Amino acid sequence: MLAFIARRLFQSVIVMLAVAFIAFMVFRYVGDPVSSMLGQDSTLADHEALRERLGLNEPFYVQFFTFVGNALQGQFGISYRLQQPVSQLIMERLPATIELAFASASIALVLGVVLGIYTALRPRAFSTGVIMTASLIGVSLPTFLIGIGLIYVFAVELKVLPSFGRGEVIDLGWWRTGLLTESGLRSLILPAITLSLFQLTLIMRLVRAEMLEVLRTDYVRFARARGLSQRAINFGHALKNTMVPVITITGLQLGSVIAFAIITETVFQWPGVGSLFVNSVAVVDVPVMAAYLVFVALVFVVINLIVDILYFIVDPRLRDGAKSGR
Amino acid sequence: MTDLPHSPEQPVVAAKTSRWKNFLKSDIVWSYRHSPVTIVASIVALVLILMAVFAPWLAPYDPFNPATLNLMDGFTAPNSNSFGGRYFILGTDNQGRDVLSTIMYGSRVSLFVGFSATLFAMVMGVGLGLVAGYLGGIWDAIIMRVADVQLSFPAILIALLIFGVARGLIPPNQQESAAIWVLILAIGLANWAQFARTVRGATMVERQKDYVSAARILGVNPFIILLRHVLPNVMGPVLVIGTIGLALAIIEEATLSYLGVGVPPTQPSLGTLIRIGQQFLFSGEWWILLFPAVTLVLLALSVNLLGDWLRDALNPKLR
Repeated sequence: MLAFIARRLFQSVIVMLAVAFIAFMVFRYVGDPVSSMLGQDSTLADHEALRERLGLNEPFYVQFFTFVGNALQGQFGISYRLQQPVSQLIMERLPATIELAFASASIALVLGVVLGIYTALRPRAFSTGVIMTASLIGVSLPTFLIGIGLIYVFAVELKVLPSFGRGEVIDLGWWRTGLLTESGLRSLILPAITLSLFQLTLIMRLVRAEMLEVLRTDYVRFARARGLSQRAINFGHALKNTMVPVITITGLQLGSVIAFAIITETVFQWPGVGSLFVNSVAVVDVPVMAAYLVFVALVFVVINLIVDILYFIVDPRLRDGAKSGR
Repeated sequence: MTDLPHSPEQPVVAAKTSRWKNFLKSDIVWSYRHSPVTIVASIVALVLILMAVFAPWLAPYDPFNPATLNLMDGFTAPNSNSFGGRYFILGTDNQGRDVLSTIMYGSRVSLFVGFSATLFAMVMGVGLGLVAGYLGGIWDAIIMRVADVQLSFPAILIALLIFGVARGLIPPNQQESAAIWVLILAIGLANWAQFARTVRGATMVERQKDYVSAARILGVNPFIILLRHVLPNVMGPVLVIGTIGLALAIIEEATLSYLGVGVPPTQPSLGTLIRIGQQFLFSGEWWILLFPAVTLVLLALSVNLLGDWLRDALNPKLR
């Protein structure tokens, strides 16, 4: 298992280096950092001095390694638009995005598994048909329209939930959380639902398909023959074996949740990393774009790694395979 | 060519009619006729596309001509007359622009970007897929590795990044006019991998077949083999992905424009209209938002359904 993880770690480092290279190319060659940082009325001498100070006159590979070195320390330069260090901007906004992503992933996981089991156990019920049709419609609607629809129903018509912002936040020193205040939690509901819908339908359909498959296998039939209760069969035996693909999809989708959060955060004016990125793209704020690229890649790589390790914990066959010299 | 007997006096006409009759008897027409959902979807899509294409002649007002705009017409409710005394079937927005007309012009922009981006993605993806599948080896490895990496990220994220980078490379005074092309480039580049993957798989199958070996032995140029012989045999799946990809591209364009990084405000697409409409959601002018949103959903949904049908119709194994 250690060898496997070591190999995966090595691959991850290669991927990160490739992404860092793309980010560096963007950072270095899109727009002109010197004229973006100096005002209109600067002299050529100023330009040359700044070029020297930023190390832009160094050879290409030296600049790249400087970039990677700085990135490893979390330094991505200064935002052209906000004139603040990019690392500081991202750290300020990261808690909002992470809370949103985890809230929506929890909703998707819990509801997705429950609805998936329900529709699998009652394949012919009317309610199953309703759920399946609703999930189809939900998938084909663009995310931002779902968000606007929820705002219209719950904020404009019913006036029960706030439509934008994060509510009151409590500063824990290094983490500003909205989970501890009532207004913070209420503000979280609509964005979290919006973000979770796509993942929810995916998990639900997956659990349903896997359950239908597993319920036909011999060991479930044997469990029935042993006279086990329906509940023990469904949840003790069948559900366990549907979990491997669910873990894969949930894990891999968590990365796209971070990316889809861009849209949700814009709809609900959620002060997270995604809305920072959109605003940066609109005005070509290159350091922020480069940093976001590296950030998202890091999230993807780390999640992939965790999913792979989870396989070993969940699936005994893989563990044995690893022991016998893989 | 034909299974009907025809007299030598009128061979051309006979061939034509029988071809048409053969087409009417084909599997595709049969499955179309037996799928009411598809018939409705195709009619909806056709109406929306015609409305968009002929917008300059069909639209009741010209929403982008400042001379005909009157602020007195602003915020007129649907199916009513404005203070200026004019009739608007779907109401007007804050500037007094007729909502129906802005939707017609907006779908024009949305469809133009959607079609162009899909075409771009198709040409690029099919080309690279053919090369990867036919040549194999190192080319295959490089192209498919890039496609794999790209497919593991959401297309909208890639489109945003490409859009941002391309914007940075264009001088500021041309950004406005180039925005729509940058958008097409970004969405196209974000969607090519799907085509490449499918075409590569189909090409690897076709390459093994005798007709390709025969062509190769005859000394036909590999380029000609790919275009004239292999390409027609892999077009089925490409059409399916293209149709579904068109729906995706329309939604991606709307999302980018909604986020404020798409088409310039002077050329609003459906996404821009929804972005504008959302500002008036709280003040009760729901029609400015609702009608563009419904149009977008109808457009994306009908194209998507057509793609689903095409996939089932062209793939007899699924039936």
